[in-house]
Parts: sequence; C-alpha cells; structure tokens
Amino acid sequence: MLSALLVMAGIAIVLGAVLGYAAIRFHVEGNPLVDKIDAVLPQTQCGQCGYPGCRPYAEAIAKGEADINLCPPGGEDGIHKLADLLGKEFKPFGGNAHPKPKAVAFIDENLCIGCTLCFQACPVDAIAGAAKQMHTIIASECTGCELCVEPCPVDCISMLTIEEKVANWKWKYPIYALKPAS
Amino acid sequence: MRTLFKFHGGIHPPGNKAQSTQHGIARAPLPSRLVIPFRQHAGDVARPAVRVGERVLKGQLIGTPSGFISSAVHAPTSGTVAAIDMQPLPHPSGLSDLCATLIPDGNEEWVARTPLDYRNIPAEELRHLLRMSGVVGLGGAVFPSDLKLRPLRAHPNKHITTLILNGAECEPWITCDDMLMRERAAEIVQGAEMLRFMLEASEVLIGIEDNKPEALAALRQAVALAGLAFEVIAVPTIYPGGGAKQLIRVLTGLEVPSGKLPTDIGVQCFNVATVYGAWRAIAHGEPLVSRIVTVTGNVRQARNYEALIGTPLAELLALGEPLPDTDRYIMGGPMMGMELPSLDIPLVKGGNCIIAASDQLLPPPPPALPCIRCTRCAQVCPADLQPMDLFWFAQARDFGKAQEFSLFDCIECGACAYVCPSHIPLVQYYRFAKSEIRAREQDKLAADKARIRYEFREYRIERDKREKAERLAAREKVAAAPAAGTADAARQEILAAMERAKQQAAAASPKNTDRLTPQQQAEIAEIEKRRAHIRELARSGVEHHKE
Repeated sequence: MLSALLVMAGIAIVLGAVLGYAAIRFHVEGNPLVDKIDAVLPQTQCGQCGYPGCRPYAEAIAKGEADINLCPPGGEDGIHKLADLLGKEFKPFGGNAHPKPKAVAFIDENLCIGCTLCFQACPVDAIAGAAKQMHTIIASECTGCELCVEPCPVDCISMLTIEEKVANWKWKYPIYALKPAS
Repeated sequence: MRTLFKFHGGIHPPGNKAQSTQHGIARAPLPSRLVIPFRQHAGDVARPAVRVGERVLKGQLIGTPSGFISSAVHAPTSGTVAAIDMQPLPHPSGLSDLCATLIPDGNEEWVARTPLDYRNIPAEELRHLLRMSGVVGLGGAVFPSDLKLRPLRAHPNKHITTLILNGAECEPWITCDDMLMRERAAEIVQGAEMLRFMLEASEVLIGIEDNKPEALAALRQAVALAGLAFEVIAVPTIYPGGGAKQLIRVLTGLEVPSGKLPTDIGVQCFNVATVYGAWRAIAHGEPLVSRIVTVTGNVRQARNYEALIGTPLAELLALGEPLPDTDRYIMGGPMMGMELPSLDIPLVKGGNCIIAASDQLLPPPPPALPCIRCTRCAQVCPADLQPMDLFWFAQARDFGKAQEFSLFDCIECGACAYVCPSHIPLVQYYRFAKSEIRAREQDKLAADKARIRYEFREYRIERDKREKAERLAAREKVAAAPAAGTADAARQEILAAMERAKQQAAAASPKNTDRLTPQQQAEIAEIEKRRAHIRELARSGVEHHKE
C-alpha cells in the first residue's frame, strides 16, 4: 500500500519536474495566436475596425473582445480566413462596414501648403515631404487607409481607385451565357 | 536513331494545316497605319523613346526596355509617329495599353544596320544586343530571349548541355513555323549554332512533328549543308507535343520537375521562329519588326504572311478574304487561342495565327453540364494532373487545395476541356484560380511590407520620444548647475573670441599688391578714392536719416 503510494507520488514528482522544465525551456513570449491573426489581416493600419492598427485588432480578437467581421479592407475573404483560423462561423459585415475597391491617396500638389499633418497621420510612412515643402504620396507604399484625408486643412488629398489595367487584370470566374430556347 | 519517349496523355484533334500550306509565305502589303504596343513581351512595359510627330526609320528603337524582364520595341517601317496613347490590345481582357501609332511613308527606309559576327562578341554583349533588338519567344509566351541565355546563377558549375529547337507546332490550324522552316531553314540552323555557342551547349536537337515532312527535309538538308552535328528529329504528332516540357520529355526522356525550369535539368528550349529572329538581329542587325502569321479558317485564301508588327488585324484578315458567314475571330489556335473582341487591334510579336471562325467550322461548345467524374480529363492531361479535382477546387474557390494539387503545373493546353463530355470550360476555371492565387500572393507581399513599415514607424516615434527626453534631461542638468560662474565664463569666452578675430583681421594683408605697374597703382588709388567717397556718402546718409 505504502510502496504503491510512494511510486505514484514519485512518478507525479518526476512528471511535474519535466513539465515545469519544459514550461521554462520552451517558453513563448506573447500569444502566438496574435501573430497568426495579424498575418491574415491586410496591414492597412486604417483603424476602421475601431482599434488603432492591425495588431491591436489582432490582440482584441485573440482575447475574444472583438468580432471577426470588422475589417473592411480584408474583404469577405479575410473574414473567411479568420473564421477558418479561429474555428468560428463566417459572419457577414455588419452595420456600415463595407469593403471598398482598392485605392491609393493622391495629393493635389497645386493646393498643398506643406503643413506636414498628412505625413504625421500616415501609418506606413508613405508620404514624402517636409515643412513648407510640397508633399507627395509614394503610391507603391500607400495602403489606401484614408487616414491622411481627414487631417489635411486644405482638402488636397483624394482617394483614387486603382483601375484595372493589363498588368493587374485577373481572369474572371467562368459564367455561361444562358440562351433562350428557340 | 534516337529513342523517343512519351509523355502522359495527349489528344489528336484534326490538324487543318493543309489549307494554309498550299502557297509560300507572302509579304503582307504595307498597312495604312501601324499600332505598336509598348508591352508585347512578358514583363515590364517598354518606355517610349520617341515623341508624337517625330519621323522614325524602319527598325528605329521606339521603346526602351525598362526593368529586368523587359524588351525593346522598334518602328516596323519608316514614317511619322501620329500618337502615343492607350489602344486596345489583343489581350483576353480586351483592355487598352500604351501604344504608338505610326503612319508609314511608304519608303521602308531602314536605320543603319550593322551585321555582326557573333563569334567575335562576348556572350554578355550578345544578350544585350538581343534585348535591344526586341527578341522575345515567338512561340506564344513572348518571354525575353536574352534572359533564357543567361548562365545559370543558381548552379554556377552546371550549365546547359542540350539546346532544343521547338518546331513541333502541335496546335491545329497554325502553320507559321512550318512555312518558316520550309523556306528559311538555313538561317534557323545558323541561329541555332549561335545560341549553342552562347549557351556552350554540347548538343542541339531539333524536334519537328512528323506531319511536316517538308520542314523536316528542309532542316535536315540545311544542317548537312552547314556541316553541323545537329539532330533533326521527327516526333509523333500529338497535341500538346509542342509544349516545352512535353517536347523535352519526348526528346530526352527527362522530366522537368514541378515548379522548376528546363534549365534546372540542363536543357533550354527555343521556338524556331525565335531562333530565326535572334539570327536576323545579330547577323543582319535587324530588330524584330515583323513575323510570320497564319491567316486561316473560314477564308477563301488561307496563307502565311510575313507581316509587320502593329498591322491592324482587319487589314491582315482581309488578305485572306473571309467568307460571309464568319462571325468571330480567334488569335492563336483553337485550343489555346483567344477570341478577339474586335479586329481593330494590332498584330503583336506573340500573334502566330488569325482564324476566322464560323459556327459551322468551329462550333461553340454546348452549355456545360455537371461534372460526372469520368476522369477522361485525367487520362489526357499532359502534365499528369487530376483536372477534375482542380476544377472542383477552383469552382469552390478552394485555392489552397488547388495549389496542393499542382495547379501551377497546368500548361493550359485545353486537352481536358476538349475531351470533357460535359463540355465544362475547364481551362477558364484554372486560369481564374491561377490569377486569383497570384493576386493574393501580391496582396500578401504588400501586407508584409506595410507591416514592416508600420512597425518601424512605431519604433521610430518611440525612439525620437526617448531621445528628446534624454536631451531635455541633459539640458536641465546644465541649467541646474551654479549660474553665476557660467555666465562669467561665457563672457570670457566671447571676449577671447573677439580678440582672436581682431588678430586675424590685423594679420590679413592684401595679396599680390607688390610689383605693380604705375598704371595699376593709379587704378587702385582711383578705386580707393571712390570707396572713401561712398563711405562718406553712406555716413552722411545715415546721419541724415537719424535727423
């Protein structure tokens, strides 16, 4: 009886030690789920979800505070990916959150007064310029977040929808034309 | 006799090649205007190098390559540039792209051409010449040829052992390569020797389908005349035997691994028309300004024409006199070609064939029915894929799964759709899935870049804040130190600096004032007098002002 208890206790101690060691040895900083969610988000850093950037939104989803249907730039596709990742049900966009076509900001350089407010607002440093110098958008880096539009005191920033060109054209989903039976 | 190998699957559609091989290649008459797109090659669009209103000569560079994968564009004839704007292209999207419109003057006046001997030129310079001559793959992919002739960077000690010339021309109706081989075999062979020299390949294989006995005979004769050890090989006629991977398999028995290039197994493959173009570019100094194009289908007179790049397709097709019941036009063959939105578009480097189609000649496919999983598509797939599964995943937009099933090994040959008893447009589904996957990869790259920039910005803001705080703390420390002593020290410093400046001023004396001629001294005196007068005036003026 006593020996059985000792054996069981001994095993428990050994296993506990192994587990304790493993917890220290293989310790992971932060929540790895946040990284996975962040990788799915489109990184526009636009704040349309109500969080100040993609990572804070990812953290909120990981904690279960935020819904998965708050990211319009990610599109419905993004919701599907988040649903797959988190094992949740797909949820359509709610309220006034709707995906828009992709766009880049454009500064009308004739109107720009060089106030630097827009590039302080830009989350990805995609605006070049200096105080009292004309500013311009680095189109290849612009994520289309629209955060620069609001601060501009002279309303010289507009969002230009990215047009379909030969270089970015995509094959469409096949559809069959229905012909009326003659 | 070389042992030939087989690739999986393949089909035998009716060839329909006899119609357009009755007559030799004819030169298409000079069109009324030429529209030359700046993007006729895979990769980045060429940059316009001419202005509107400028007169250009035949073969003059009008578009310089920009970017790594790019090629040059040339004026196909002499004339005046009437416009540089967006014009519709032969592209499945029907979208417009940047084009130059050229009004020919009818003189066909060439720029200065410099024929070169490739043997005296380093391979690197030859590649540059090919790039600047606009030589791209004329088999359909229009990939810049100079890039295919580079030494293998991934494996520096390995190199191409086998050069394959692709003269299979497996697609029905098309005969432009066949006629080129029949009529210009000698130059193809010389071009092949040039490419072999550039690649330092040890063997050259010329693969031609056995339904072209005339071309086979012509090339065999040309090889014998040139005294070269090239092998001209008749390969069995089966579609798509002209696919690069399929031809390599048949000729060498080697299989290009999934996701790899032929160069990874020491083989490089060129279309015969590309080889001919490369030869003309180097040995005759003629950039690629024309190509052979088959005009066939529902026409009175099917034939091959040597036409200038940029010729409006309407003018080209009119040469064949289309029959009245023609209702649509196809560029390329019936298997892989595309229906043209209109004929108001130009001939491009990749345009090998124009087919006038009617419902009788090429009946449109009946409405698609559900897939019955008969696996006939899998039996004919030359890439050994499972087309019915790829269709299933593409239809469900399950792109990850489609990629797992090697979607990107699909060569879009259309053999699966040809045999499909349900008439499902399978290739369209694959193209849709492929371009969606590519777009998503682009988005992913853009998102990763944005993340890095965002994180760096956060770090920078944090760092600036910290540095500012540190500077402020340092300044406060200085300010907190006893004030009286420092003020005195500062005054001392200022006084010392003033003293130093005074000494410097005293030590400075005007240079080159010794050994002057009396005339110069008189001039100096004059100037000094004027200066004194001005000083006087200024002083009195100031005083005047004060009053």
